[in-house]
Amino acid sequence: MRGPPTSPMLALTGLRKTVPGGRVLFEALDLEVAPDEIVAVMGESGVGKSTLLNLVAGLDEADSGRIAIAGQPLEALDDDGRTRLRRDKIGFVFQAFHILPHLSLAQNVALPLVLQGAGGAVGVERATAMLDAVGLAGRAAARPSQLSGGELQRVALARALVHRPALVLADEPTGNLDPETADRILHLFAQQVRGSGAAAILVTHSERAAAVADRRLRLTSAGLVPHDAR
Amino acid sequence: MTPAEGRRFSATALAWMMLGEWRAHPGRVVVAALAVAVGVALGFAVHLINGSAQAELSRAMRTINAEADLAVRASTPLGFDEALYATLARAPGIAAASPVVELPARFGAGLPKSFQGSGLSLLGLDPLRAGEVTPSLVATAAGLAASAPERVFDADVVSLSPAALTASGAKLGQRVIITAGGRSATFRVGGILPLGDGAQQIAVIDIAAAQWAFGCLGRLQRIDLTLAPGAASPRVEADLRKRLPAEAQVVTDSTQARRGDNLTLAYRVNLQMLALVALLTGAFLVYSAQSLSVARRRPQFALLRVLGLERRGLLAQVLAEGVVVGGTGALLGLGLGLGLAAATLRILGGDLGSGFFQGATPDLVVEPLAALVFFALGLAAALLGSVLPALEAGRARPGIALKDLGDPGEGDTRRSALWGLGLLAAGALAALAPAVYGVSLFGYLSIGLLLAGGVAAMPWLARTLLAPLQRAAPRGVVLELALSRLWGAPSQAAVALCGIVASVSLMAAMGVMVTSLRGSVDDWLGDILPGDMLFRVESGGFDPDQQARIAAAPGITGVLFQKSLPMQLSPDHPPAMLVVRRVAAGAPVDALPIIGRTAQVPAGATPVWISEPASRLYGIAVGERLTLPLPRAPEVFVAGVWRDYARQAGAIAMDDADYAKLTGDRMRNEASVTLQPGVRPRAAARAIRAAVPAELAAQVQFVETSQMRAIALRVFDSSFALTYALEAIAIAVGLAGVAATMSAQTLARTKEFGMLRHVGVLRRQIIAMLACEGAALGAVGLVAGLGLGLAMSQVLIHVVNPQSFHWTMETRIPLGLFASLAAGLIGACALTAVLSGRRALSADAVRAVREDW
Repeated sequence: MRGPPTSPMLALTGLRKTVPGGRVLFEALDLEVAPDEIVAVMGESGVGKSTLLNLVAGLDEADSGRIAIAGQPLEALDDDGRTRLRRDKIGFVFQAFHILPHLSLAQNVALPLVLQGAGGAVGVERATAMLDAVGLAGRAAARPSQLSGGELQRVALARALVHRPALVLADEPTGNLDPETADRILHLFAQQVRGSGAAAILVTHSERAAAVADRRLRLTSAGLVPHDAR
Repeated sequence: MTPAEGRRFSATALAWMMLGEWRAHPGRVVVAALAVAVGVALGFAVHLINGSAQAELSRAMRTINAEADLAVRASTPLGFDEALYATLARAPGIAAASPVVELPARFGAGLPKSFQGSGLSLLGLDPLRAGEVTPSLVATAAGLAASAPERVFDADVVSLSPAALTASGAKLGQRVIITAGGRSATFRVGGILPLGDGAQQIAVIDIAAAQWAFGCLGRLQRIDLTLAPGAASPRVEADLRKRLPAEAQVVTDSTQARRGDNLTLAYRVNLQMLALVALLTGAFLVYSAQSLSVARRRPQFALLRVLGLERRGLLAQVLAEGVVVGGTGALLGLGLGLGLAAATLRILGGDLGSGFFQGATPDLVVEPLAALVFFALGLAAALLGSVLPALEAGRARPGIALKDLGDPGEGDTRRSALWGLGLLAAGALAALAPAVYGVSLFGYLSIGLLLAGGVAAMPWLARTLLAPLQRAAPRGVVLELALSRLWGAPSQAAVALCGIVASVSLMAAMGVMVTSLRGSVDDWLGDILPGDMLFRVESGGFDPDQQARIAAAPGITGVLFQKSLPMQLSPDHPPAMLVVRRVAAGAPVDALPIIGRTAQVPAGATPVWISEPASRLYGIAVGERLTLPLPRAPEVFVAGVWRDYARQAGAIAMDDADYAKLTGDRMRNEASVTLQPGVRPRAAARAIRAAVPAELAAQVQFVETSQMRAIALRVFDSSFALTYALEAIAIAVGLAGVAATMSAQTLARTKEFGMLRHVGVLRRQIIAMLACEGAALGAVGLVAGLGLGLAMSQVLIHVVNPQSFHWTMETRIPLGLFASLAAGLIGACALTAVLSGRRALSADAVRAVREDW
């Protein structure tokens, strides 16, 4: 395991979040994630793991606390600013893949680049290279309906990394896959994230999935604690 | 990222997303575009047809009036005394005056080929005066017969416009028979008028010959005037008015244009509004399609937001889809409209079968500006239909939407009730407003507001209408599932119902209005067409001797003679009709379908009874006094109002004896005959012909009352042909929208069906559930649509019709139409739901549950 970074990719300080009705999901939550570091966040269902990811992505707002991505504080940004930050600095991998059915694989992967302003052709070219990297060489023109679940998650992984984000957020990326396919995807995920120099947060229930992370934390109402500290 | 880069990403991302969506669901895009196309096509076609007909009408007016600065016209075909010519020729500000005899005429003797005649205008002119004032009505050297150019104004010579020459079938130098005022005379074609190749048929003869040959000695119908240099037209007009008798009026280009415009304004506006309503239905269908599309793509949009697409980017995408759908539909609509206008002008003529414009078929006048306006309207309709879905797409919270299983959340139905009731109340208030320049603008606004209110209230209304069924706790899983689904998602039901309610309500409103009018016309025909047989002569008439001989003809029990005489009550309006018939002052209901109260006729007063349109057009009420443009300008007393659907420009009925006393005119040109039992109409017609001179007998036209009634109803139906066509199109578009909506909603529930199959619901049970849902949805749409339609029909009957056409009617409900509408709609909804359900269920149920979208 690595030591704490001096210049973190993600810094969460004193985060507090309640849900409608007043229940406190968590408070006094602190976390720093360094470049090349993968942090696994585990916890029971309903504890707020996905909410934490939404807060980090600027899709939801904390009651208090600070979030900074690559040194950029989120609270200073309006909705458009947070959207631009997501576009430029964050990559996402979801449990349910979320691959657009009417676009080709290359177009799906190229979406973040196109949203950043790259031309369609340039985007597709880089997306094709990325598809090669995740083991889908020669499938750029294929449609999502022709792929298996594991292949779809590879496409999602390629899309999350194609624009070289500073931070990758993965929410149960192998929740819909069988154990063998899940292992392959997790290995690929770790390899690609570390190769790109990004930091990553991996939200999962699975001990097996969390094993690929550099640090394993458990989310509780009191914040994040080391996974082994019960 | 620079702004230029931002634009580039928008363009590429939007293009990818839109093309992908359209590739996946081309049918829905096509239906939405077609809905817009139909509205644009109808509106553009009606506008082009009206424009072309108006252009033809004003060209005809200009041709007949030629280049005169001003004209004085007779208020009735009886004309005015020719002594007025000398007065006007000497009036200050007048440089030259040209007296004119103007008679409706036709080529040939005997019966006209058609009921409408050939549309020839016969002008009698003084060549020297006309040469100064209206030179285009005098044959030029180039157009004169080479044999005798100097004799063009001989008593037996006629000059013809090119259209008249073609219609006559004669050549220069040949002879033609012209019939006018019940008399025929033969003329030699001696010249061609320099009028170009317009469609107007004009024949010009010497004024004295016209007065002599056609029995109007000493009378003129018109005096054309040229103003002196520097004379101000308004001042001269005002001065002339002081010198004119009641039978004559000053006419300018603007009053002519207004009169032509007034003639058809209501009819044109009515059709135009119907076309716009079709466009509005299109907007609702676009809204329906876009709403469902946005609901279905909620997770996709959420993903785009997560990946970094700004809120306005999503808005832009949905609006851009609307623009492309609207633009494509509008372009298609312009092409269709052009074709429709050309075909309609060729088949129905410029009056769309309404009978306003007689004569030649107008050329199609294409107006680029109008095309642009209708293109913009189509685009606006599609954008309007896309705005709410776009806002909804932009509002969605991506974090939550990504977890969404496909069903959008339900809003508060109380808010929909408030909006809906507010709009309905505004619609009711708008119906109380008066007409604006003779157009029922607020009436149409009221219909639009009622429609919008009904649609806005749909989520609340759907839940309210379904509540009794929900409370009844139906037995059986199928019905329970179906009703729970509809009850639980009233907003989705409302989106599906939007197109249904819009088209059903419009259909019902038009159906009630047309049925009510037809029923009232049918009743009215029974009142207005007494006896067994009618006969008339086109011009001239029967003198008292001839009337007596006809009355004494064998097989006839009684004859009621009458006369109809066009009468110009105001220069701005088309002429009203003076109907002269036997009306007893004490019992006018025996002769006329009187509505409302009647007034006691003061001693010594001459009573008249005005038609409902005349009362509304001229603002005349029972008990008022009125000066008629007849010789000696008699003042008459309005004793009552009668219902009349035949003369939209208004009519005034006067007792036969009073008319004879006021004018000395005892000629009558129409009559209704009661036959003795067992006498055949044909035998009676022969007896009547035998009672009058041969020349007159040849011109008498007979029709049995029952036939006349059938003809009148046929004319009614043909004049509403376009309305029926619009209705049919509205039904087709509405049902297409229903099919698209149901199909989209059903296909979006593939996962739900997969889940139901997993928990053990049989395939046929799901199909039955969908059929129940479809039928229930159709029934709710039907109830809401019919209710709204009935409300809108009352605005049409009590506001739009009286304000536009100046007539009223009693409401009649077309139960047959309603029943077939109910069966068709509920059946179509259930069938579409089942067919889409089969498609949705054809996918593997396991995969349906696991798949992403």
